[in-house]
Amino acid sequence: MEFLCKNSFSSTYLPFNMATIDLHVNGKKHQVAVDPNTPLLWVLRDHIGLAGTKYGCGVAQCGACTVHLDGEAMRSCVLPVSAAADKKITTIEGLSEHGEHPVQKAWLEHDVAQCGYCQSGQIMQAAALLKNNANPTDEEIETAMQGNICRCGTYTRIKAAIKTAASLG
Amino acid sequence: MPQIKTVVGRRSFLKSTAMAGGGMMLGFSWLASCQPLSEEEVLAMPDVWFDINSYLKIGDNGVVSILTPNPEFGQNIRTSMPMLIAEELDMDWQKIVVEQAPYHPEKYGFQFTGGSSGIRTRWESLRMVGATARYMLRQAAAQTWGVPLEEVSTDAGTLYHQASGKSAHYGEMASAAADIPVPEEVKLKEISEFKIVGKSHKNVDGKNIVTGKPMFGMDYKEEGMLIAMLEHPPAFGLTLKAVDDSAVRAMPGVVDVVTVRCYPESYEKASFDVNAFPETVAIVGRSTWEVMQAKKKLQVSWEPIVSRTEFVTNFGGVKEAVSIPAGLESTEGHRAAMEALAAKPGKVVRRDGNPEAAFKKAAKVIERTYSAPFLAHNCMEPLNAFAHVSGDKARIAAPIQIPAFVIPALSASLGVPAENISMELTRMGGGFGRKAYAHYVVEAALISQKVDAPVKLIYTREDDMTNGVYRPAYQATYRAALDENNNLIALHIKAGGVPESPLFANRFPAGAIDNYMAEEWKIDSNITIGAFRAPRSNFIAGAEQSFLDELAEEMGKDPIAFRLDLLKRAKENPVGETNEYEADRLIGVLELVRDKSGWGDKKGNRGVSAYFCHQTYAANVLDIRVEDGKPIVEKVYCAIDCGVVVNPDAARNMAEGAVTDGIGNALFGEMPFREGAPVKNNFHNYRMIRMNEAPKDIEVHFVENEVNPTGMGEPPFPPVFGALSNALYQATGKRHYHQPFLGEEQVIG
Repeated sequence: MEFLCKNSFSSTYLPFNMATIDLHVNGKKHQVAVDPNTPLLWVLRDHIGLAGTKYGCGVAQCGACTVHLDGEAMRSCVLPVSAAADKKITTIEGLSEHGEHPVQKAWLEHDVAQCGYCQSGQIMQAAALLKNNANPTDEEIETAMQGNICRCGTYTRIKAAIKTAASLG
Repeated sequence: MPQIKTVVGRRSFLKSTAMAGGGMMLGFSWLASCQPLSEEEVLAMPDVWFDINSYLKIGDNGVVSILTPNPEFGQNIRTSMPMLIAEELDMDWQKIVVEQAPYHPEKYGFQFTGGSSGIRTRWESLRMVGATARYMLRQAAAQTWGVPLEEVSTDAGTLYHQASGKSAHYGEMASAAADIPVPEEVKLKEISEFKIVGKSHKNVDGKNIVTGKPMFGMDYKEEGMLIAMLEHPPAFGLTLKAVDDSAVRAMPGVVDVVTVRCYPESYEKASFDVNAFPETVAIVGRSTWEVMQAKKKLQVSWEPIVSRTEFVTNFGGVKEAVSIPAGLESTEGHRAAMEALAAKPGKVVRRDGNPEAAFKKAAKVIERTYSAPFLAHNCMEPLNAFAHVSGDKARIAAPIQIPAFVIPALSASLGVPAENISMELTRMGGGFGRKAYAHYVVEAALISQKVDAPVKLIYTREDDMTNGVYRPAYQATYRAALDENNNLIALHIKAGGVPESPLFANRFPAGAIDNYMAEEWKIDSNITIGAFRAPRSNFIAGAEQSFLDELAEEMGKDPIAFRLDLLKRAKENPVGETNEYEADRLIGVLELVRDKSGWGDKKGNRGVSAYFCHQTYAANVLDIRVEDGKPIVEKVYCAIDCGVVVNPDAARNMAEGAVTDGIGNALFGEMPFREGAPVKNNFHNYRMIRMNEAPKDIEVHFVENEVNPTGMGEPPFPPVFGALSNALYQATGKRHYHQPFLGEEQVIG
């Protein structure tokens, strides 16, 4: 069964519920052989080996799994991988090459994280917000970020970091 | 600071290499290897490391690696503990790399993350680690240079001999230092000499967090690793009857279906071996999604448990009988049982003066009852554990707060000797007490043993939320007797819960009132409970501080002035001899929050609260307004006395988080039960605080003193509940006695 994870495997020999799907993740091409209903989250984590995108709820209620699909924030835990085929997927690992995206820099400046588990989702959500709205108001930030839960309660720092990121442009 | 004996932590100085005086290579654990270094970082890495003691390796280029002992769940001890070592080593913070020590009690002592105890318990021993290494480096330099030890000084990782002008960085003396005998005693720095401790240092894991590097248990991966998930009973009071896995075994990616039983009959449980569902069914497969799909198809039937008594050795080492009743419990049933017990005499825990007589002659008696429901921890990282059991050896990598506490259960359940169990301590995506109850580690290990393969067990969010170990449900009745001049002459507390009481009979206001009585009761339950951020305090603080607020109003006093009057009495002429708090320090945080918040000058809807727990003192003033039934917390002022503040910005972060978490749990937190089943199972129905509901601004102030540091993880949490309820009263004219404050109508006021 190991072959199910191999990217180069020919679709001819796939079990009935499998499909080969082409994905563009962080500028790299990947071909995966999976059940097309598999949420993108698990394809990223289990098959492509990118663990930065987190599992928190599986029902699009906590935002820990947020990625960008053609630049828009998406909850990858409910997005079938088939719907992401041939689209540009960006995960936390691909947001910038060395963590120098303004949102990442602002997160470090404000030392936002406590446990850190939700933060990649928070950062991806914030980066998508700033892409569409370079200078959001407090209310716009709250609206954009209210799908992302942080049990540690770092919201005040997240908000401050988003404002700093906006100023870093 | 006097000379301190190093002998206390002598076992900490076991050399972990046989190559005495020679170099050793950095061990490649998963935690180190999964965080690829940048080219710059690789170039900065030394060719050879010298092992100074089990916590410290010094590279030939002067880079120092610190193995930090306690597991991290967000309180930032992976930064603050190495700061303690680096301070006494007199090291340049920029040249320090931090590694997570594996579980190894002989080398690293009690690796316990909980009870806000990390910094408090490591304050001396970790500084000693640094001071001892610095001594050995100085001694090595003295011998190499042929100069007296007293003339060798250090600064930021470099050794100096002023008279001869000689100098060497630590890496150049590391080889010789490794051969120097560990001194019998060392001198620690005076607090005034600190260069690192007391100044803010960024989280050492910050970069890895914002770039999504794998570091959590959930991220753990090994070649050939299988994924497992569990099916546990849908309700408390049920246990496994039979499994039909025929449909599941044929599903894609499924490797095996096995039943696992933690804690064999003969095993004597300790208080952290909590597990409502000792027997569960595991589905093991190739990938997470395939296992999730199979889990939906698994057919399991359940049957009622029978009542039993378990003997559990508590934290203090005493064996206690715990009664676990059969039956399917409900929140309504709990409420009725609590009302009934609250009406009967409880077990008197403390009695001062003559409370009965005082209540008899009282001109006025005020009585109020407070309650709060069960709460789920809801760490953002659901429970998980990696295990590979092979023959008589077990290898674990898991998010776990107290690794030592799971060893006996692992050993007994697996039949593997304790010394053959190794454990890597991954970062935890939140703990809050939940990851101190490591049944999930035992389950993962049993699954691995049964399928004879490396396995990562993952709890779905639903499994995590419905598996138990909740914050208990509590109730407390406060009664105050006032004389004809409106003076407080007696206080009576009667508190209880399912299945434990929240009472701290010897905390404030005990000691401040002549006639005082504290009673408690409890109700047995088969719903499992455990520590949840500031256990018991997280309820009783809110009840007490709300009652004091109402009392102050009744007596026509300012709420802060009233508390200070009581504390003055407790300080100058305390009642009783078993009071557990320092009145002076509680006064300190109240005065600080009063001054910083402009109390008395600034108008508006504000509430105040102060509480002591886990050796730290915290007070809040909270400003609120209510718009269309929605509470908006505009500002929170925190004043905290945790002694020396090791890493100020990180400590502020903890307080800000605790305030926000507290507001969320007070307004929304609730786990109800119907026919034994937890009613909520994911974030669509378990409401968590979100950014739009968080305080708009939080200001944190620390009392400045030189008291040995105490913890920050829990103490800033309990007072928030009272400050919020008192502010809500100002905003709405309505007192809130029952959590969650938002209630079924989902509006305030």
